[in-house]
Amino acid sequence: MRDLWKANTTGDMMDRRYFLGVFDDENNVVEATRLTRESGYDIHDVYTPYAVHGLPEAMGLKRSRLTWVCLAFAFLGCAAALIAQFWIAGVDWPVNVGGRPFNSLPAYLPVLFECIVLFGGLGVLFTLFIRAKLFPGKQEQLFDPGITDDRFVLAVEEKDAGFDIAAITRLWERYHVLETKQLSEAVA
Amino acid sequence: MSSLLSVLRKPIVEGNKSLRDVSDDVIRPLEQKPTKLWWISFLLAFSVLVVGGVAVAYQIKMGIGTWGLNKTVGWGFDITNFVFWVGIGHAGTLISAILFLVRQRWRTSISRSAEAMTIIAVICAGIFPIIHMGRPWLFFWIAPYPNFRGPLWVNFRSPLLWDFFAISTYFTISLVFWYLGLIPDMATLRDRAKSKIKKAIYRVMSFGWNGSTRTWNRYETVYMLLAALATPLVLSVHSIVSMDFATSVIPGWHTTIFPPYFVAGAVFSGFAMVLTLMIIARKVMNYTEYITLDHIEKMCKVIIVTSGIVGIAYATEMFMAWYSVNEYERFVFINRAMGPYAWSYWIMVGCNVLISQLFWFRRLRRTVWFVFLASIFINVGMWFERFVIIVTSLHRDFLPSSWAMYSPTLIELATLAGSFGLFFTAFLLFARFIPFIAIAEVKGVLSYGKHVEKWPQNGGSEKPSVLVKREPQETERPV
Repeated sequence: MRDLWKANTTGDMMDRRYFLGVFDDENNVVEATRLTRESGYDIHDVYTPYAVHGLPEAMGLKRSRLTWVCLAFAFLGCAAALIAQFWIAGVDWPVNVGGRPFNSLPAYLPVLFECIVLFGGLGVLFTLFIRAKLFPGKQEQLFDPGITDDRFVLAVEEKDAGFDIAAITRLWERYHVLETKQLSEAVA
Repeated sequence: MSSLLSVLRKPIVEGNKSLRDVSDDVIRPLEQKPTKLWWISFLLAFSVLVVGGVAVAYQIKMGIGTWGLNKTVGWGFDITNFVFWVGIGHAGTLISAILFLVRQRWRTSISRSAEAMTIIAVICAGIFPIIHMGRPWLFFWIAPYPNFRGPLWVNFRSPLLWDFFAISTYFTISLVFWYLGLIPDMATLRDRAKSKIKKAIYRVMSFGWNGSTRTWNRYETVYMLLAALATPLVLSVHSIVSMDFATSVIPGWHTTIFPPYFVAGAVFSGFAMVLTLMIIARKVMNYTEYITLDHIEKMCKVIIVTSGIVGIAYATEMFMAWYSVNEYERFVFINRAMGPYAWSYWIMVGCNVLISQLFWFRRLRRTVWFVFLASIFINVGMWFERFVIIVTSLHRDFLPSSWAMYSPTLIELATLAGSFGLFFTAFLLFARFIPFIAIAEVKGVLSYGKHVEKWPQNGGSEKPSVLVKREPQETERPV
């Protein structure tokens, strides 16, 4: 829903309009989404009460790149832990423990590992929150009150004059759409 | 009708639930006033917590001389309880992370509460080493930060420091993993809430969740990544705890099998505690269709496996003591099994190795009262395992003139009881205010084990499983 936010604050794209179909079954909504997209319409988003398998593929979403973000943060944690331990125990305050070398890498591995996990986990989590614009107290933008319960809402963006509501409705009726509605951002 | 159900798999959730049934069933106990039973258990747990709190305040005021430790036995109840609670914590992450990675979808009904149990258990564990430091108000000295004492840094070669890093990382990652799973359910609560105050609270907690598939896609990726990170983490935590012992030169502690042995024991005790809690909760909160006999049976199977590993570890320790021809090692193990603390050793073997063998019988795995009883025995047995490892290895050391016995003082007993009070108080509050079952995850497995037609089905039916078989319609794609 970030687009709605943008539209509200910046004032551009005031004529954003969505056509919504409400479904009550995951298989129907997946197929309806796939066919709608293959028919050349822009899927704005699909709102579901749980993560529906196959839906991102049906929407044509790419695999998330957050995996790489996690890897980068893990490397950061690894580097931070290595440098910190070498500097602290080897340079700044070397302590002779049983005559062992000051820079004893094997002894640093447990802390190194924990830092990799901590940095990778927290880093990717906060990246998710930033990327998906999730934060405590955010005002939710719900297209249907039942989305978090048992409704699946397929939202198509009306972009051009060739947008054929009747054709989409016919397609969705094949998949037992419960309700269709038009929505402009002022309503949302 | 039965022909419509899969012959391969049983549904995970019983009772032919619709999506809305899941929301209703899980949230119902949260929307009603607390029952009398809840109040009684809460007040009981809370009063035990108060007793523990008084004991903790007293020992902080007077110092740890209030404990029964002596010059020979320097670790007693404190570290026993610490290792016990950390071990309990392992089941939650195992269920939520490892079972997630290996696609064990039955985990969905128990993951939320098991993770909550993990977080609470780690808090209970953390109390003991912090008190043991003697000056608990300076506990942050264990963190490496620039300071005006030199700067005086921590010793990165010490397993006790590794412990600090392991436990705090484990707590942090478990907490965010748990909360990430909670966000969609908080949105469900928010959209059901009638009162303005409740809605406002849930709005803060649900992070503006709106069910967008673009967000779900990223969310699932991050959930998978956190599971992948938590899996080696959970193995590392108890390995590092075991190194507190294994890196020392005390006979009975100085063994290389400790890391796997501790991890298996932790999973074993954690699953026993999950069973104890779930068997009560599923009845009291009316979740028997979500946490089914099959769930209990599967957890019993995990217990058989881990109990086997623990049993082999006990035998290996004995064998190695004999095979090493090290007289100190031999003495410690003979002393363990036949010395003055032999009773604790045999409680440990009886509870951890013998009782769980009864789970080989399917009848017993599916007899709820028996599983409950066995899980209590395993909890006791695993507590004694830590007691045996710590106390029997210490109390008769190299010089017979310094041999001593250890028995806990009332203060130590009250602290142990208090940690249970904290555990149950927090768990009861969790069950009261937070969905006990991961609603969004259970909804995702509702169709499991049912024939769901791939093509347009008879829409509009409330319960997707009551399918009237239809011939697949031909689909025509509009141009």
